[in-house]
Amino acid sequence: MPTIGLKIPHGGKVSIPYYPIDMVNVEERAKSFTTRSIKNAAKLEALCLAISMTDLTTLEGADTPGKITQLCHKAIQPMPESYVLGFKNAADFPAIPHVAAVCVYPAMVPLAAEILQGSGVELAAVSTAFPSGQLDFALKLKDVKKCVQGGATEIDMVINRGAFLSGRYQKVFDEIIAVKDICGERAHLKVILETGELITYDKIRLASWLAMQAGADFIKTSTGKIQPAATMPVTLVMLQAIWDYYCETGKMIGMKPAGGIKTSKQAIHYLVMVNEILGAEWLTPKMFRFGASSLLNDLLRQIFKQITGQYANDELFSVD
Amino acid sequence: MTRKKMIKKGSSSSTFTYAPALESSALVKLKKGHQLFINGRFVPAADHTTMNSINPATGKLLTKFSVAKKRDADKAVQAATKAYHNVWSKMPGIERGKYLFRISRILQIRAKEFAVLESLDSGKPIKESRDFDIPLAAAHFFYYAGWADKLNYCVPGQQVSSLGVVGQIIPWNFPLLMAAWKIAPALAAGNCVVLKPAETTPLTALLLAEVCQEAELPPGVVNIITGPATTGQALVNHPAIKKIAFTGSTEVGKLIAKTCAEQGKLVTLELGGKSANIVFEDAAIDQAIEGIVNGIYFNQGQVCCAGSRLLVEESIQETIIKKLKRRINTLRIGDPMDKNTDIGAINSAEQFQKIKKLVKAGKAEGGYFYESTSPLPSVGFFHRPCFISQQSSANLLNRVEVFGPVLSIQSFRTPDEAIAKANDTPYGLAAGIWSDKGSKIQHIAQALKAGVIWANTYNKFDPAAPFGGYKESGIGREGGLHGLLPYLEIKS
Repeated sequence: MPTIGLKIPHGGKVSIPYYPIDMVNVEERAKSFTTRSIKNAAKLEALCLAISMTDLTTLEGADTPGKITQLCHKAIQPMPESYVLGFKNAADFPAIPHVAAVCVYPAMVPLAAEILQGSGVELAAVSTAFPSGQLDFALKLKDVKKCVQGGATEIDMVINRGAFLSGRYQKVFDEIIAVKDICGERAHLKVILETGELITYDKIRLASWLAMQAGADFIKTSTGKIQPAATMPVTLVMLQAIWDYYCETGKMIGMKPAGGIKTSKQAIHYLVMVNEILGAEWLTPKMFRFGASSLLNDLLRQIFKQITGQYANDELFSVD
Repeated sequence: MTRKKMIKKGSSSSTFTYAPALESSALVKLKKGHQLFINGRFVPAADHTTMNSINPATGKLLTKFSVAKKRDADKAVQAATKAYHNVWSKMPGIERGKYLFRISRILQIRAKEFAVLESLDSGKPIKESRDFDIPLAAAHFFYYAGWADKLNYCVPGQQVSSLGVVGQIIPWNFPLLMAAWKIAPALAAGNCVVLKPAETTPLTALLLAEVCQEAELPPGVVNIITGPATTGQALVNHPAIKKIAFTGSTEVGKLIAKTCAEQGKLVTLELGGKSANIVFEDAAIDQAIEGIVNGIYFNQGQVCCAGSRLLVEESIQETIIKKLKRRINTLRIGDPMDKNTDIGAINSAEQFQKIKKLVKAGKAEGGYFYESTSPLPSVGFFHRPCFISQQSSANLLNRVEVFGPVLSIQSFRTPDEAIAKANDTPYGLAAGIWSDKGSKIQHIAQALKAGVIWANTYNKFDPAAPFGGYKESGIGREGGLHGLLPYLEIKS
């Protein structure tokens, strides 16, 4: 099998497998998960699980402290517990979990950290000159440091796509390692591959392995700023890379598809895929996340539908 | 208020069990007794004999159907002969084509009903009958409808003409699809048919008869007679039949070929296989695993072109076996009517016993045997997907066609060894080649003695692609232009 040899900064070498992915078959297999029929109790369980795995995200230039405050409160309590009392079968409603994390720009980290403190909701900061990564590397590191100091418990970094696509894998590798060093034990590192810019599945697989080898705790598909963002086939390739890496090293790496997952139906397709590729051990917020901004309300709506038999009004849930 | 927590806070893992998602069988109205379809009408057998149709997923009686004897076969052939001379052979091709288009369209409209009935009768998972069997059957009628008015372009510069009445005998693994493969080209070419479905799966062919009525196909153009092997014999021996098209076992195929030779009938045979699926170390591994699984466990392995012999390059054998084991355990075995079922029931008690017997004998020869650890339903004919490795081409499971979810695995070191092993079989129906290197695929494909060769995929079908085998896998091709020629005489 062809490999790419890389130097580890403090000595030693590592080789990254670079083997082919068959596009047609990957897309066919990814599609097969969408034909699974998840109903009744299994569906309700999946919907609650999806809420607990959501990284509630806002990444706009127009983000305000008010919006961040709203988002954090929504993250802690997606729906007030007594809210359902007036509805049919109120007693059957499951407890709605808090989401996994709030995901914001670095400038919003201190405010979000203050609100989220002690809530159990993690704070993810997109970093390293998100979304393009087009910045001097020293400044990227400074960006990360500031976020961690400000209270971010998770760092979502972008890889250097220019370096990756031009074959300077060592540079990409070194940068991830340097960011990981700053994160240390204080923050989890999610490495965004921006698969919409890598294009081929072969490259996506290679980048996944490179990121894991460099110390990523999670690998993440996209920034959400580039189309296509997360897709089922891309996520499948990354999940299979995670499995192979686990078999080789014993390390469990997490997965985060981000961007474009808007409906409960899509979320359930992803959960089915994780279930069948990686198994139950990955079906937890510790190992799998959805990066999404408009998924949460649809999950709540579907829970209402499951319990009451009727679709909830769009305005029933607060905007997020 | 205390509410049930669907997930535990900070829990390390959660099991995700899929609730049953059963397809409703309400769409299908099973008659108490199904009759023969002769001359456009449903009629009982002359002596009113019937047979039972069993649901293989439960072992219980589904319905009864008529057993056609010689007298009934005579009636069917007479009706077909009359329809041929009076109506069908005189009809312009463009008009025949309209009927075929109509049948294709009605199959699409009634697809769900067909899918449900097919799964009930044959035991195959609903997702396969829904996504594979029925759409492809409709596609075959659609494809050959287009040929009906273009027959004089089949053989450039020559004229062609139809044969007359053809007898067609089909197997139980793809009941409706095989009926479509047989009937569509025969009708497009201007022949009339008498079709005999397999005795364990006659129901969708009889529902197709209803579609023929709905399409207002002239009476006698398609006749369907049901029953056991003796019904098929009556058809094969009938003097007014011009040609026999048979799909089934090699053993029966040889008997039919002998009879046809003696009686001067044309014959095409689509018989068994022991096809090789060859995986090279430069293949896309995870996708090759899918191809292996699809190759042998699709339709419970009851596929004549199943990739039942896996040949894998030695350097990746360990990886492939490790991944395959894990994949086999994610296959969901169970109720064919559940939309989440991947592996349904074996078609009949007889086939179920045959598979078990062969597996037992194969295991007794040594090697490493592995089967899925999934639980099986308590009733019905269910067999776990399994494989055996560390055996050679000389062993039973590398030589005989099991027609079940049983894979044999051998390794090879060089492309030449792969070719030699792949061709070391009396059959020659299909093969799969897995490599990221195009030139290697071309080289291997040229050296393989198989009628259908898939590159980086398996079990892909298209009405335009001819299908058939070398050696003991048969004579002739079905599908495409080549599938039309056996139903025509050429005049130069």
